[in-house]
Amino acid sequence: MMETAHNELSQLLSQISGYIYPNEIEVHWSILIVVYPYLTGLVAGAFILASLVKVFNITELKPTYRLSLITALSFLLIAPLPLLLHLGHPLRSFEIFLTPNLSSAMAMFGFVYAWYLMVVLLLEIWFDYRVDMINFAKTAKFPMNWFYKVISLFSTDTSPHAIAIDKKVIKFITIIGIPSAFILHGYVGFIFGSIKANPWWSSVLIPIVFLFSAIVSGIALILLLYMIITPSRGIPIDMKCLDKIASFLLYAVIIDFSLEILDFIHRLYESEESIKILTEMVMNKLFISLVVLQVLIGMIVPLSILIIIKLTGFNQELRKLLYFLSAILIQIGIFSTRWNVVLGGQMFSKSLRGLTTYKLEIMGIEGFLSALVLLILPFFILALLIKILPPWKKTEELPI
Amino acid sequence: MKRKQFLSFTGKILFLFSTGGIFGSLLKGSKIQSYIDEHPQVVRYALGIQIDKCIGCGNCVVACKIENDVPKDPFYFRTWVERYIIKKNDQVIVQCNEGGAGKLSQDIQEREILRSFFVPKLCNHCDNPPCAQVCPVGATFQTDEGIVLVDSERCIGCSYCIQACPYGARYMHPETHTADKCTLCYHRIKEGKLPACVEVCPTQARVFGDIESKASPLTRLKRMNKIHVLKPELNTEPKVFYTDLDGEVK
Repeated sequence: MMETAHNELSQLLSQISGYIYPNEIEVHWSILIVVYPYLTGLVAGAFILASLVKVFNITELKPTYRLSLITALSFLLIAPLPLLLHLGHPLRSFEIFLTPNLSSAMAMFGFVYAWYLMVVLLLEIWFDYRVDMINFAKTAKFPMNWFYKVISLFSTDTSPHAIAIDKKVIKFITIIGIPSAFILHGYVGFIFGSIKANPWWSSVLIPIVFLFSAIVSGIALILLLYMIITPSRGIPIDMKCLDKIASFLLYAVIIDFSLEILDFIHRLYESEESIKILTEMVMNKLFISLVVLQVLIGMIVPLSILIIIKLTGFNQELRKLLYFLSAILIQIGIFSTRWNVVLGGQMFSKSLRGLTTYKLEIMGIEGFLSALVLLILPFFILALLIKILPPWKKTEELPI
Repeated sequence: MKRKQFLSFTGKILFLFSTGGIFGSLLKGSKIQSYIDEHPQVVRYALGIQIDKCIGCGNCVVACKIENDVPKDPFYFRTWVERYIIKKNDQVIVQCNEGGAGKLSQDIQEREILRSFFVPKLCNHCDNPPCAQVCPVGATFQTDEGIVLVDSERCIGCSYCIQACPYGARYMHPETHTADKCTLCYHRIKEGKLPACVEVCPTQARVFGDIESKASPLTRLKRMNKIHVLKPELNTEPKVFYTDLDGEVK
């Protein structure tokens, strides 16, 4: 173990430019910590899209409401895994819940996560599916009927009065859910933004940029899922719904892009001590991932496509194709954003005199493959959840 | 007055005085005790580093590795020594081969050099330590003496403290998978010894002491010199005090 660590770090020695502190050769937060904010971002974004239906009564988005909720749940269930796998002592992780250090932003993870999972997502999904679960419990075969009985918590009341209460509760939870989703992802941004030792991270804008990039990535994900799942069920895509998702995607991208540009201009204009080394890092180490992937391919191209569609309005088929393409490009862009924030913050020395490098391993716990597994895993959970709690009625296009 | 009466009177007086003395001293004792209780002796250990005395021999680096079982690989250091070379064209070159214990390159012509010096570095045992602030489980903490320590039995290995330290003083121990750093040789100073790096320094560039005590060598050092700390703008309130520190040092 120690030898492999030694060999890996020795290889990096030749990649160092300028001077870095001797303890800085090792990059401590690797691709798993890139995956973590990416996943929680998708959760927060998907939830915000769902809340548009319930709180702001955007009826066009109804076909995606339940899909958004269970997608958020699937990704939220996996979100702590990359953190856990990254720890030096994963078995001690429960200490964060039992004896948290209250001055630590990271210690708040337990509370924020538990709140969002238990109070927001699970509750909202339960109330929304309550009547369905009662019906499933009646119609399903053994043992699934018992399974539905248990997850419906043996509730049996399907009277109009009870359904009216459900609706009220759902609206209330969604209203609480919006700030909670903001907290869930804004807090992840705060973990980075509050590190005063690191000029790449230390910015009050980081939590807000995280938040809007989360909304962008979540909406784009639901757009992709809706476009893939609907035809596979043999049902035509509701273009009104799709156009509406794309509109919200466009608005979110505009805000996100403006914030990122503001951050960029602010840094350049202030031109603090760190500007030289950060510029060097962007031009040498992050050029592909930041300039090409994040800004050009992941932001400017899809933004242009979405604006052009909005202005000209192509025919349906072309629109679908372009929406799909934009959403994929946006996913690449937002993943690159996470990459650039997390790894960029560790590639320059805090002596501001040199750069180190990050070598992505293929195998190993902190390697490319395990990151890939963590990114795919939520989709399996989503498939399972769709089977257990279908977001739509079997024969109908629209859910209840 | 008869002799008997006289003796009895004197005896009583003596008795009173002696018991009074005892009571008095008891009373006095409790006063001292309460004084001690009210003014507990505060000890705050810190380190002074005299840049102009450091010859860059790297003894401190080696001694620290041996004393504290720091991994031998050149990626883990509790203390290290940087060599600064400021050339006549104002270009700054910093070197630190094997933490300062290795050979230094000689490829810079002497006539190009404007000034050059060594800077030993280590954990600053900040009074306002960002590492302790961010630790999610409180594994990094400050002792009553102001020393910042890591409880390796508690550390979950999240590396947040390493990110939060502005000085690069921490590393992830490759065997224990917990954060590690300078303890000011806590095990030694508790026995009244000096930290290993201070002990082996041939030029006494490193000065250890209690900054609360007026008589400590460190307090004297602080009194007799212009003092600077690293990155004061971050408000970490470091307790490694440098004399003759150059503005180029970060």
